[in-house]
Amino acid sequence: MATRLKEVDAVMVGMGWTGAILARELTKAGLSVVGLERGQDRTPGENFTLPSVRDELRYAARLELMQDNSTDTITFRNASAETALPIRRFGAFLPGEGVGGSGIHWGALHWRFLPSDFRLKSHLTERYGKTAIPEDMTIQDWPISYEELEPHYDHFDKLCGVSGKAGNLKGKIIAGGNPFEGPRSDEYPNKPIMTSAPSLMFSDAARSLGFHPFPSPVAIASAAYSNSEGLTLGGCEYCGFCNRIACEANAKASANTTIMPLLRPDSKFELRTRAFMTRLIYDRPGKKVTGVAYTDLRTGEDYEQPANIVVLSSYVFSNTQALLLAGIGEPYDRASGKGVVGKNYCYQFEAPAEAFFEDKEWNPFMGSAGTSACIDDFNGENFDHSGLGFFGGGYINCGTAAAPPISGRGVPHGTPRWGSDWKRATVKWYHHFTRFNTQGSVYANRENYMDLDPTYKDAFGRPLIRMTYNGTDNDHKMSRFLLTKVEAVIKAMNPTHYEMRPRPKNFTVVPYQSTHNTGGTMMGTDPKSSAVNRYLQAWDAHNLFIMGASVFPQQHGYNPTGTVGALAYWSAKAITEQYIKKPGPLVHA
Amino acid sequence: MADDTIPRRRFLLGAGIAGTAVATGLTSTSASEAQAPSGTQTPAASAQTTPAAPAEPEILLALTATEAAFVSAAVDAFIPADQLSPSGTDCGIVTFIDRQLASAWGGGAKMYRSGPFQKGKPEQGYQLPLTPKEYFSAGIAEANDWSRKTYGKEFDRLAPADRTAALKAMEEGKAEFSGLGSKSFFERLLTITMEGFFSDPIYGGNRNRASWTMLGFPGLPATYAGKFEEYRSKRYTAHAQSIADFS
Repeated sequence: MATRLKEVDAVMVGMGWTGAILARELTKAGLSVVGLERGQDRTPGENFTLPSVRDELRYAARLELMQDNSTDTITFRNASAETALPIRRFGAFLPGEGVGGSGIHWGALHWRFLPSDFRLKSHLTERYGKTAIPEDMTIQDWPISYEELEPHYDHFDKLCGVSGKAGNLKGKIIAGGNPFEGPRSDEYPNKPIMTSAPSLMFSDAARSLGFHPFPSPVAIASAAYSNSEGLTLGGCEYCGFCNRIACEANAKASANTTIMPLLRPDSKFELRTRAFMTRLIYDRPGKKVTGVAYTDLRTGEDYEQPANIVVLSSYVFSNTQALLLAGIGEPYDRASGKGVVGKNYCYQFEAPAEAFFEDKEWNPFMGSAGTSACIDDFNGENFDHSGLGFFGGGYINCGTAAAPPISGRGVPHGTPRWGSDWKRATVKWYHHFTRFNTQGSVYANRENYMDLDPTYKDAFGRPLIRMTYNGTDNDHKMSRFLLTKVEAVIKAMNPTHYEMRPRPKNFTVVPYQSTHNTGGTMMGTDPKSSAVNRYLQAWDAHNLFIMGASVFPQQHGYNPTGTVGALAYWSAKAITEQYIKKPGPLVHA
Repeated sequence: MADDTIPRRRFLLGAGIAGTAVATGLTSTSASEAQAPSGTQTPAASAQTTPAAPAEPEILLALTATEAAFVSAAVDAFIPADQLSPSGTDCGIVTFIDRQLASAWGGGAKMYRSGPFQKGKPEQGYQLPLTPKEYFSAGIAEANDWSRKTYGKEFDRLAPADRTAALKAMEEGKAEFSGLGSKSFFERLLTITMEGFFSDPIYGGNRNRASWTMLGFPGLPATYAGKFEEYRSKRYTAHAQSIADFS
């Protein structure tokens, strides 16, 4: 029998980026807030410290900061005719767990979507004709414009101390930045991280081809920075241990460094870790949720936490699973195309390349995501797709963010994989190679979706979420196009040797690719085509707000966290300025 | 026969740790020459040839003696002693693998282990009910069975050329195991070997930071804000340091 706890104003389900942002904004508005987090607590002083963070085996190989798959996982199949099987340990993507969530171990590439991305379907129809969008491409416009979101992008930039160079300041194109970006109301909070030698070569080569290179924008402060909350972030140490690992310099932004120090001592906030939300308690006739049920993972005891507002601030998979289990919103049915919950699951279509330069001398262990350089010439609608046979695109970047010894070594294809010859090649090339990546969009397709698995259960006996996903012809064509552009730049860099790595036909959950999973509870203009409205408020439960990339209608050619953070501030503003004064639907269907 | 002279329990006796540097002719001079590109020599190169521990029996936590002999033979084929580094065994990789298999990870922590267990497509990843420790135990038994059928003796008793051929057959999936796939087993064995060679020495492998010195990877503290610009296009060398050096 679950213990019923005292009602609070708001409960957060998940204390990563969005849970922390909403908890902070709601407590500032005077609400009492409980933050539930399935994982453990993590603080910079205890957990982000030298020397223990410089441990590639513990964090990058053994995945210390990632979700515990023994409690729950997802099942996967390439197509609906196949049987989905559980991902027994995560590989292709790595959702985090614990206070800070995936926002501790991220690489921190920090982007905004293009103004045209927000009205994608309309834009493509206007530019290429009414019949241009393939029938199976279930893309949608966002119910919000770039202009509406811009102040919140700016706010999130200043929370994180983002480093970069503006390319479009209030409509004025600025040399050295990204000329394709939407107008920014302000320059980046910090100047760019220093660019690495291969990334400078890439920039020169890209420029020689008429492209527009710029330093990668990252949520890593290039120097000590006082953020929008008055907290001090450190400057980047170029340590090369960003991905999958916490930042000991407190330069890479996380909720733990940018918000939690203020929430923890706040008497209006209570953090409960090892608290696993098992059920949204849904009052269907009342069209609201009355709270959440959760299990204390330390004791196994069950609790009910009543709340006036429930913020679902978990990851894409758990958000979607929670709605399906509670029966909130109509589940997506692939056969009929009806329903919304689980629809438009998207991913990031990344394809890399490597180049080797015998005559260069680099230190691949130094750097961060910010030492790379990019071009955005072939993203979204930054180029004409007429006659290309696909839509979408992505940014291209070059730079060895880090080449740690277990996972970051590079040798030309065909090199033996062991023995003395392998050793010689490894030593020969370690200081002489660089990597490229294409951050390709994934435009929603009716065959790619999430639902509840009929067979496999989690530790609480609940059905696992099932992912049905494969790369589409559109996205494969898009990716191959991006690779031709990368190859042209690489050739202009004149390497000793280079290799392009197109994606295999079938998506596989085994090698790491990207933790940019999106969709399932998408936002839109009406309940028929979306699970939440423009304020991230569930159509079928007015006091339930859903955060994160699960609200994306499709995934664009950029890392999602910048938009995830901006949407959280946008939603928080609607809750604090409108909803708490007059609870009820903020948009009438 | 010559191959019978390979001491099967060499790893267990710990004879390799101090002995192999001499046996392979590895001296600090040859190690230094192997670093050729920069010509700068770090103190680690001489440390690399210094015995890390007295020659006393290794304590195994997970592997049986037979399994340890197999792993020792395999990691020495993957990472032979040469001018660039001591052998896999001398770098502590058997110790590393043993400790990893005895760890929570080796016991299947954070792994979804509910059935039904069905054979899926390769795209769906690992689907066996075995923990890493159980997997390696089963895989080594299969590899030795196959080795006996093919060569008439266990893998670790084969002559070096036959060991290499046997590993290549597994790498190509041509070694016919009865249950587990030989290619999958090979991939996991190679992966954990490389983890042992290149991870921080605190886990028992990469003894004396042999691989980091070989690679020119400085290890810790990795605070380069003041060095990044100066060393953008020239090699940065430093005595490789482990987490243990800062603890």
